[in-house]
Amino acid sequence: MRNVLPILTVVAVLLGIWVLAVVPMNIHLAVDQAQRDGVAVQPDTPTARQDVGAVALALRNPAVLSATYTLDRPRLPGPQQVIGELWRTTVGTRITSKQSLVYHGWVTLSATLLGFAMGTTLGIALAVGIVFSRTMDRSVMPWAIASQTIPILALAPMIIVMLGSMGIQGLLPKAIISAYLSFFPVVVGMVKGLRSPDAMQLDLLRTYYASPGQGFWKLRLPASLPYLFASLKIGISAALVGAIVGELPTGARAGFGARMLVGDQYGQPLVTWAALFAAAITAALLVGLFSVMERASLKRMGMVR
Amino acid sequence: MTVISAKSVDLTFQTDDGPVHALKDVTLDINKGDFVSFIGPSGCGKTTFLRCIAGLESPTGGALTVNGMSPEQARKARAYGYVFQAAGLYPWRTIGGNVKLPLEIMGFSKAEQAERVNRVLDLVDLAGFERKFPWQLSGGMQQRASIARALAFDADILLMDEPFGALDEIVRDHLNEQLLKLWARTDKTIGFVTHSIPEAVYLSTRIVVMSPRPGRITDVIESTLPKERPLDIRDSAEFIAIAHRVRDGLRAGHSYD
Repeated sequence: MRNVLPILTVVAVLLGIWVLAVVPMNIHLAVDQAQRDGVAVQPDTPTARQDVGAVALALRNPAVLSATYTLDRPRLPGPQQVIGELWRTTVGTRITSKQSLVYHGWVTLSATLLGFAMGTTLGIALAVGIVFSRTMDRSVMPWAIASQTIPILALAPMIIVMLGSMGIQGLLPKAIISAYLSFFPVVVGMVKGLRSPDAMQLDLLRTYYASPGQGFWKLRLPASLPYLFASLKIGISAALVGAIVGELPTGARAGFGARMLVGDQYGQPLVTWAALFAAAITAALLVGLFSVMERASLKRMGMVR
Repeated sequence: MTVISAKSVDLTFQTDDGPVHALKDVTLDINKGDFVSFIGPSGCGKTTFLRCIAGLESPTGGALTVNGMSPEQARKARAYGYVFQAAGLYPWRTIGGNVKLPLEIMGFSKAEQAERVNRVLDLVDLAGFERKFPWQLSGGMQQRASIARALAFDADILLMDEPFGALDEIVRDHLNEQLLKLWARTDKTIGFVTHSIPEAVYLSTRIVVMSPRPGRITDVIESTLPKERPLDIRDSAEFIAIAHRVRDGLRAGHSYD
């Protein structure tokens, strides 16, 4: 409970800023609309209104203020509009419908999970190689770091188009982009974790004449688990971003990324916003799931009091 | 019977500031059943010598044998148990699981593992703590668990590198007393590194006084104390006389620089 209050405070502050920002962001649109509906507004021509600042315009047309929260195509939708859209497209729509965010969410999530599994496997394998082979330590790590300096927005279309020309479409190209983003935190965390046992613990194993394999399974791997969980939490959110980015440039028909694009291209900001929030909530749930798994397994291992 | 034999052992580390003579001309025989303490200021090579015996460092000169083998062979034959300054228990294993670690590595059967864990935990007075995690135990209990771990596979030699150095004096006294009882019951050969004169005198059949730059032996003192040693033996004239000689040896070593 102690943790909830600070979070709620931050959420309340953000909501407050949002609610306040809706009026100046939408007031020009709202006044235009009101005039078309036959309401008297100040100033009374669109060109004259262009010269008036948002706050001033709001103060001169107080009757129109409430309309800024209910526009069909607002610049910035009100929170209640976004929540309404989220509700309509999740609870209020059949899951099988192309309108359903649950349907689109599943499309993105399946690519995310597949990519995350690939990225995590690759990351752990590379980390093991880096820790046990001096050659890999010197050769792989710089490339892993370099790979993350390439903007994924530039790389994603190339991957999709290239794989598409090889006849690979759908889930796998997006999953590869997810894996590309999620392997890196796993490599970094696992290398650090596998190297976390100190000289004394390694000496102890030498006094037992333990094999490198025994050192790995009995010491290095269990010692790396807390680091692995920290990496998995970063990796899963990176994987989700990767899947969405993979849906953006190619005119994908389904997924959170496709919904964001549709909203943009057809002037339906509510659709974009609802998809954005659905993606954020999905990411939070995934990270939360890993936090629960982390606590449970570290507790079972006696590493949390 | 000689268990550990060192003849003119040298160890020189090459560093950026030139060679460091960690050990120079160290000659010493340790017999079966001896309790030998190594005492001296930091940098005198006492820990380095213990690590040489354990095959964790390699001498650059001289001859060193353990059970008639090279230290490396002795390590591979699991000839000794080693206790470090920190208990170094795995936090994810219970006390029983930690004691079991060397047994798993050395391939003892499950039944034998359980039997041995019970026996050595009993030996260090930790019966009943098998299922506790290390953080649930005090520092002294953790160190006892690490001694149990070193005893579990029944090596004849026990090498201890300042095992009680991080503990407070009261706990240390208690553990010293327990260690003597354990030694009497198991008849092990013990090499024991310490900073503390009373600890060295109280525990040892022989005290090896060392001094630094280069690390070398300055005196070897045969203890005249009886094998049975209650804690208050430390107030006896004999004890004080031995302690005095150790102190003199340490001081003589220092007068070189």
